[in-house]
Amino acid sequence: MFPMNACNLSVKVRQKHIIGPINLTISEGGITVLMGPNGAGKTTLLKALHGIIRLANGQVTFATPAKTAQEQQSFVFQSPIMLRRSVLENLAYPLVINRQDKQSAMERAQTWATKIGLSAHMDRPAPFLSGGEKQKIALARALITSPKLLFLDEPTASLDGAATVEIEALLSEAQSTGTTIIMSTHNIGQARRMASRVLFMKDGQIDAHSAANAFFDTPPTDAAQKFIAGDIVL
Amino acid sequence: MIRILLMLITVTFATYSNADMMRMAVTTSFNNSGLSEKLLPAIQADLGLEVQLLIVGTGQAIRLGEAGDVDAILVHSQKAEEAFVAAGYGTHRREIMYNDFVIIGPTDDPAKIRDAKSAAEALRAIVTSQSLFVSRGDDSGTHKKELSLWSSTGIKDEDLGPWYRAVGAGMGASLNTAAGMGAYILSDRASWLNFKNKTGLGIQFSGDPVLFNQYAYLSVNPQRHAHVKHDLAVKLETWLTSLRAAEIINTYTIDDQTLFTFNAE
Amino acid sequence: MNDLWNGIQQAIWLTLTLDADLVEISLRSLRVTLSALFVSCLIALPLAAILAVRRFKYRRLIISTLNALMGLPPVVVGLIVYILLSRSGPFGVLGLLFTTHAMVIAQVIIITPLITSIAHQSLRELWSEYHDLLISMNTSKWQRIKTLLWDGRRALMTASLAGFGRAIGEVGAIMIVGGNIDHATRVLTTAISLETSKGDFALALALGFVLITLALAVNFTTHWLGRTEREGRW
Repeated sequence: MFPMNACNLSVKVRQKHIIGPINLTISEGGITVLMGPNGAGKTTLLKALHGIIRLANGQVTFATPAKTAQEQQSFVFQSPIMLRRSVLENLAYPLVINRQDKQSAMERAQTWATKIGLSAHMDRPAPFLSGGEKQKIALARALITSPKLLFLDEPTASLDGAATVEIEALLSEAQSTGTTIIMSTHNIGQARRMASRVLFMKDGQIDAHSAANAFFDTPPTDAAQKFIAGDIVL
Repeated sequence: MIRILLMLITVTFATYSNADMMRMAVTTSFNNSGLSEKLLPAIQADLGLEVQLLIVGTGQAIRLGEAGDVDAILVHSQKAEEAFVAAGYGTHRREIMYNDFVIIGPTDDPAKIRDAKSAAEALRAIVTSQSLFVSRGDDSGTHKKELSLWSSTGIKDEDLGPWYRAVGAGMGASLNTAAGMGAYILSDRASWLNFKNKTGLGIQFSGDPVLFNQYAYLSVNPQRHAHVKHDLAVKLETWLTSLRAAEIINTYTIDDQTLFTFNAE
Repeated sequence: MNDLWNGIQQAIWLTLTLDADLVEISLRSLRVTLSALFVSCLIALPLAAILAVRRFKYRRLIISTLNALMGLPPVVVGLIVYILLSRSGPFGVLGLLFTTHAMVIAQVIIITPLITSIAHQSLRELWSEYHDLLISMNTSKWQRIKTLLWDGRRALMTASLAGFGRAIGEVGAIMIVGGNIDHATRVLTTAISLETSKGDFALALALGFVLITLALAVNFTTHWLGRTEREGRW
């Protein structure tokens, strides 16, 4: 499926230019962390790469046909979207959608519910759980199909430390079992802990793209340097 | 799912074809008299025939007959009936029975019509005293009768002032309105006697022969509408003009008052 | 006031003695309205979901039309159905006029726009909540519709009950197309209308109370069934 190539990609919303033109290659493995100031276009880029918003220009291609590639991706949104169903049914949903038989889908969902520590709440309606629990469900629901590529949009933005630790552990495990991860974050500490590569965005453009160590040791651009130092990037 | 749908469609569109069922449109006034509740069971017993009644105004009854939606009509408006037959919608007109119209009014009788010599005099008194008068105003047999009474009395449309209220409703609804307003109203005797909400109203004038109300039976012409159950309609006509029907009709009373007089020939 | 009291007394008496005529017309009322409701839901609920999920050319036009049709005077519907089903009309050969089938058809026409509109309102909200997730999961149009209908079932129940309420209390249309024939097409509302016209207010009111009780019973039963189904409420 890899490498993923974004070629001359740009997005407009109601004639307004949001991001691009962007050229980008992501190869297999690791965690690519997307950083940048508010309004730089991080969410838009993630959604554009995932193919759930319309591109004004350019294209995203994979080494496999588009349809196969599409089926091997998952996306975790910033505020988790819970189906109005039980925890278990939320987890099983992607499997049921992909025509897996109900029995084995439910068994797999149970395994995941236990894994994220929600085995006691499997039959409760998911929308009524806490923010951290919902985000764990969203992540487990994204991982249950064993995707090759996982996008996350600020997955821990509104969570407390304990929940953040759990999410990060799940991500590290997924990464080690063959899921390539692209995630955005505001949290520089998280970026330092998780990133193998860093994408730095500014004004709808990619300002820097480098290995994580290099990025934090010797920031390649002025904006990146300011951002890491905690200054406001305009 | 599809099987349920198909079943539903079949059930919904299954034609209702009961061999021993016919439909007859009758006037509201006839049904309100309660006579139908005596006649229908007798017809069922004697002929094994279920007559479904559509209770409507004379105007609508005639429309239903013209459209072929009923097999026969039983109404009371001679002119309209003759036009119906002349236009070929009905085979012929058969008189069955008559009852009479009465003028209902407030019990204190503000227009003093109680001692009037004729219907014309009573109506003139209502005009003179400008007493409230409720008209059916719905093109029914009773309404047509009322209009013909006004015109034969020599009262013209422009004489009908604000005291004249055309409500455009059935007999019962119009009586309810008259009771509410304390107004005069022309009603057939049967509807009046069976009417339960008589508050403050009573019969103030009756007995003039011009107030007689002839009911006639007309079967819908099968040459016009091939699907009508003409044989059943003929059977019913024979029964309605029989001695058995005569006895039921002549002996039907409410509060010891005879309502209908059988006069089929 | 006296009439009201008499009406209540008579209603209780008729109900306690299981008056044969009353039972007959009450059951007919229920049968006609529930049949109409069933057919309407088969049309309205999928239509509402399609209108929520799909974007097509005449979508806005259909929605506005449905909203306008909600206010359709039943008498007009009755008249149109009468003309269509009349022996002299285009569907006269079916011989449906003055049968309960004709009443069902009229009621379907009256309540389908109402149910569709209410259902569409709530499904639209649900869709805006689910949109990103279901798009991201590569669901087919049909799967999206199924998910919305299932997860929105409580709101759809409310929409159906609104339709039921309108149908069971409707008199204008079914009077015209059913004819209020004793033992054939007489239902509670047309019987009430008839008794009122006879000036028998007490009996009319009694039937009215029976009608209200029936409507309440159906509503309570539905809510009770809905509650026992699962823990959650949304």
